[in-house]
Amino acid sequence: MTTLAFAVLLVVSIFGYVWNRQAATSIRNRGERLHSLTGFHGFYSVLLIAVPVFVFILLWIALRGWVIDGMVVRGLPDGTFDGMDSGAAALVLSEIKSVASGRVFGTPSDAVIAAADRLNNLRSAASLYLVLATAVLSVALLWIARRSVSAEFRARQGVEGIVLGLMIFCSVVAVFTTIGIVASLMFETYKFLSIVPLADFLFGTNWEPQIPIRADQIAAEGAFGWLPVMLGTIVITVIAMFVAVPVGLMSAIYLNEFAPRSVRAVAKPVLEVLAGVPTVVYGFFAILTVAPAIRSFGEGLGLPIAPNTALAAGGVMGIMLIPFISSFADDALSAVPRSLRDGALALGATRAETMLNVLFPAAIPGIVGGVLLAVSRAVGETMIVVMAAGLIAKMTINPLDSVTTVTVQIVTLLIGDTAFDNPKTLAAFALGMMLFIVTLIINIFALRIVRKYREIYD
Amino acid sequence: MTDMTSGSLGKTNTDLIRAGLARRNRNQLFLQGFGMAAIAFAFLMLAILVGSLVLSGYKAFTQTHISVDVFIDPEEISVERLPRGGFEEVLQASLVSRFPDVTERAEQRTLRGIFSNGAQFLLRDMVVADNSLIGQTVRITVPVSDPYDQVNKGLIDRETPNENRRVKDNELAWFDALIAEGAISSPINWALLTNADSRFPELAGLKGALVGSFWALLICFLIAFPLGIGAAVYLEEFAPKNKISDLIEVNINNLAAVPSVVFGLLALAVFIGTFGMPRSAPIVGGMTLALMTMPTIIIATRAALKAVPPSIREAALGVGASKQQVVFGHVVPLAMPGILTGTIIGLAQALGETAPLLLIGMNAFITSAASSPFDSATALPTQIFIWADSPERGFVSRTSAAILVLLTFLITMNAVAIYLRSKFERKW
Repeated sequence: MTTLAFAVLLVVSIFGYVWNRQAATSIRNRGERLHSLTGFHGFYSVLLIAVPVFVFILLWIALRGWVIDGMVVRGLPDGTFDGMDSGAAALVLSEIKSVASGRVFGTPSDAVIAAADRLNNLRSAASLYLVLATAVLSVALLWIARRSVSAEFRARQGVEGIVLGLMIFCSVVAVFTTIGIVASLMFETYKFLSIVPLADFLFGTNWEPQIPIRADQIAAEGAFGWLPVMLGTIVITVIAMFVAVPVGLMSAIYLNEFAPRSVRAVAKPVLEVLAGVPTVVYGFFAILTVAPAIRSFGEGLGLPIAPNTALAAGGVMGIMLIPFISSFADDALSAVPRSLRDGALALGATRAETMLNVLFPAAIPGIVGGVLLAVSRAVGETMIVVMAAGLIAKMTINPLDSVTTVTVQIVTLLIGDTAFDNPKTLAAFALGMMLFIVTLIINIFALRIVRKYREIYD
Repeated sequence: MTDMTSGSLGKTNTDLIRAGLARRNRNQLFLQGFGMAAIAFAFLMLAILVGSLVLSGYKAFTQTHISVDVFIDPEEISVERLPRGGFEEVLQASLVSRFPDVTERAEQRTLRGIFSNGAQFLLRDMVVADNSLIGQTVRITVPVSDPYDQVNKGLIDRETPNENRRVKDNELAWFDALIAEGAISSPINWALLTNADSRFPELAGLKGALVGSFWALLICFLIAFPLGIGAAVYLEEFAPKNKISDLIEVNINNLAAVPSVVFGLLALAVFIGTFGMPRSAPIVGGMTLALMTMPTIIIATRAALKAVPPSIREAALGVGASKQQVVFGHVVPLAMPGILTGTIIGLAQALGETAPLLLIGMNAFITSAASSPFDSATALPTQIFIWADSPERGFVSRTSAAILVLLTFLITMNAVAIYLRSKFERKW
């Protein structure tokens, strides 16, 4: 039925275009001078119909679930929810929904069956009303648009005004996304902090999110200190940087200054391929190839290496970041003005000396910015560590041991069914908040460095 | 010159330079060597990555099948009881008649283990489609179960002691006998693309994941492409230079660098938590991916718009076009190749994105392909994640094979982008 609503909208809009255009053409044929081209009269009709009706349909779809739920719940006999908390009330509603869609488990009460019938009726009625409302609204707008056609009507200004508004809306979506991220993270983190004190979260050295489900269960108490998780993230990031920074910088230096054209023509695309490999592939690579290799190497040396050692996850993450750092450093080196290079060479410096003493120092801000962006990537990288790093948080900086990271904890806490009133779930949002803050600070810092440096030479 | 400066110092500048030259050239060689080593390291890693995936993955592109004559016993299977019936027993009987010396019931059941668990359903579908088969003997070709598939592909070492081997000596003997009779074949494993997910590696395929990824990418494109272009055109061509425009710009740049898992948290809290949209559905996945892809498209579009020379704008303005007519009639069409290239690259990134899809539950176990974006589904990368997590040995090669399929798609998309760029991009 939703498709039908969109189809109605489409048909009416097309009709509006043709109708308005024809009307404008006939005015012109009468010998009057139109202010706007006939096509603008047509588009004016399309935009006047399509924009509000499209928004209307989307709003209807977004809100109908709520409204119908509310009506069903209000229709239940009084006292159904007496003595129930929000979880139990939600269960009743989901039981009604599954009965309504024909999945009956056990013997539901009469009230539930009646509610399910009402739910089905409301749903089909809602679909019907949507199509009817769409039709009425679009025809009304069609009429209004048709009425406006006249020789003096400034249809072009009307169209351009609406288009400009749409474009501003598009730009603001990005801002809304950020606001959405910050608001949802803050909201859930606030709920988390009302259960777990802020000091425990920020300064606790124990992370055991397994909490007892029943009151009398013998289980871990549940500890939510994020320090060991963050420490694990730092360990893996440092390992990744140990791989990525030297290799990335050296390859950028080589490609920028020494490589023959043919090598550059091959190496650049290869690095781009490396950059385009999805992280889940790197994760599988880590468990399939790298971790066993490191382990057998360690056994040869007699070192105790954990099966999901930080070295494997960090090393593979480093490989992933090589092209990232290399391309940033290459760009930074290329942006150094030619005159600096020529000057150094003219004074008799070798190409290596020019590179190390002149070009590289001049490019340092851009390179630092790139490395910082790579660090922020490493901190926020998820799939490699989810697949190759450990789950248990330890206060250790031993790279051979298994560590866990912020992103691993977020994913493992949220995989499977999630309830929004459980500290376990909320802890994931708190970790997400910290992750967002940390990466945001690094990003702002890095982008500022990159930007400032660009201004110097441009 | 040497003569002129030689004197009290004894050594000339040229001599000093000459003396150090060998060392300096050596240093240059060192630097070059390090650079080449770095490039070689990156190449080597890519080679190992691809090599190990191909080595472990190519075997999943064939699947061992067994061909047997099955007597569809009317005592076990009758028209009235369809689609229920003793299909398992019928299959077992077909093998028992081949190996008459296997008499113990437990052993007979082990013998049946050669068949894939899905073989009975294939047989059932055959019989349901054609009732007249009941009472006849038909020759069917069905997949063998995973351990035998591994044996046939040489992944299970026959030299391993019997007690440590998944396929025991007697089972190996049966299987070898079947091979000797020519009942075992290894055709190309089309099921990898045409089946949906399954608990049994020999039946598991990527159809559900491919369909899920298709829906998610379609939604992502439908949202991100218009929004991205609209935002980019506004910011590049219309936005006044003020604090608000600056804010939006900084915002978009930062959004491009926000970790993907955070977008997953947003989707979970807002789309699923607040708006009550369905879990595991490609529509939610597509919307999440759209938010992540939009900055990429905006940045690429702005670069493409910047590359259109001002003379085009001025010429159009000069003949009386309005600002919007200039932009939508001339600048955007000329920038289209660059915009499309950026969009395809953004979509390729979205296709490989995993973490946000995990958080919205697109890693569920779903055995049928989604028929609309509102149904539960997996996506290619999440399917890879699920298979990589599965304990069965057969899933290792299937994971690699799935990755090869994913990489094929990505390389195709990038190749199209590069082609578009080289074919249509104009230099002014």
